[in-house]
Amino acid sequence: MTGALMSGIVSYGSYIPRFRIKPEEIARVWGEDADSIKNGIYILSKSVPAPDEDVATISVEAARNAIKRKKLDPRLIGALYIGSESHPYAVKPTSTIVSSAVGMDFSLFAADYEFACKAGTAGMQNVKAMVDSNLIKYGMAIGADTSQGAPGDVLEYSASAGGTAMVIGKEDVIAEINHTLSVTSDTPDFWRREGEPYPRHGERFTGEPAYFRHTLSASKLMLENRGTTPADYDYAVFHQPNGKFPTRAAKTLGFQESQYKDGLLTPFIGNTYSGSMMTGLSAILDIAKPGDRIFAVSFGSGAGSDAFDITVTDKIDEFDRHGAPTIKEQLSKVRWLDYALYSKFKKKLIVGDGIE
Amino acid sequence: MGEVSRFWREAVHRYRLVGHRCGNCERTYFPPRDVCPVCHRDSVGKMKEFELSGKGTIESFTVIHEVPSPFVRQRPYILAIVKLDEGPSLTAQIVDVDPGEVEIGKRVSAVFRKIAQQGSSGIIQYGYKFVLD
Ligand SMILES: [Zn+2]
Repeated sequence: MTGALMSGIVSYGSYIPRFRIKPEEIARVWGEDADSIKNGIYILSKSVPAPDEDVATISVEAARNAIKRKKLDPRLIGALYIGSESHPYAVKPTSTIVSSAVGMDFSLFAADYEFACKAGTAGMQNVKAMVDSNLIKYGMAIGADTSQGAPGDVLEYSASAGGTAMVIGKEDVIAEINHTLSVTSDTPDFWRREGEPYPRHGERFTGEPAYFRHTLSASKLMLENRGTTPADYDYAVFHQPNGKFPTRAAKTLGFQESQYKDGLLTPFIGNTYSGSMMTGLSAILDIAKPGDRIFAVSFGSGAGSDAFDITVTDKIDEFDRHGAPTIKEQLSKVRWLDYALYSKFKKKLIVGDGIE
Repeated sequence: MGEVSRFWREAVHRYRLVGHRCGNCERTYFPPRDVCPVCHRDSVGKMKEFELSGKGTIESFTVIHEVPSPFVRQRPYILAIVKLDEGPSLTAQIVDVDPGEVEIGKRVSAVFRKIAQQGSSGIIQYGYKFVLD
């Protein structure tokens, strides 16, 4: 790296819808034991999108928050990639709507990505490569979802909504991306066919051969590549399908609770799918200090993992973190729903020609 | 397709609250106007696009209980006249709130939301609504 500037995160922004439902309320309807569910998956509440929110609106709010923090001219953003498994259209890219809504230029690289819960981090890798090769000055990657769990399915306790935008560039970097790598395999742990409203999961595949194999492999490859141990990091954040998996992955690798607690949001907002790890990273950037090192690993069913080794720079002190709502602020503005209102919001109750 | 193309032409204004500012008297208009109604001829060629901040104050509001069937999921909904900090007033929905919490004079910020959609196979229309600060 002789003289070359290292690329990294130059701004970030998140958006979590303010509605929440508790597992007690879902369990009451389906006759399940709330305490055993809460202990089993460690989710205390999950976010629910308003009837007029979708991945495009969530992405726009996250992107606007990232732009506000840096007071960035959106026309300088040369690429936009949006990862989600709940894009509003089957054909008509979310990135077209978002680029227009935040005022990006006509000259723009853009596409929508899908890789279950890691499509947003795949976008980060993509725009980093484009910045490193001087194809663009800034690039934005967004991970956002309004995920679905079939009524009565265990996923209904976790599937939530939210998103995070990361802007990657080379100037005034607040968090350098020292390295990124991925692992990929053909694993049938979770899928949704075209036109089907709810996903399905291969019970036997969700834990060991999917989440843990890919998350731990990518993590170990990163530690090996960097010649580091968990003790070298101040923070660790993983994909969070529930509150238990990331905790177990962190402990297996040798991370302490003090390292992973600040990025662990699923207990309060549920699994935001493509937004999950990126929103955890956003919560860490809200509080990180210069020199802090962050270990970040996403996971997408199907399956694969993206790992990032990140160092926070001195620039974070000049950066206007309070130019947009922090994760902590968004966790404090909450409106509770019962299952009936939740069903109406999530369109589980069908209204003939409802506009949403 | 008439409805689709009309909405598309207005999208930049609805998406980003882009109005016009008169280069002669500095008044701001939303929706955009080709000629300033104060300066008339003096404003010709001086009307420039201007992106509004989306910050404003509730001037007046009404709670709508008799909703058209496409809005039944949002019943009752709140329609307000919001005076934007840059001057113009506009009519928009106030969302994520109970009607009892809305008051004249309260501060609001613009958010990006779904406005309508043409059935389950048609185009989805997005635009501004407001939330309480
Ligand atoms: Zn004028």
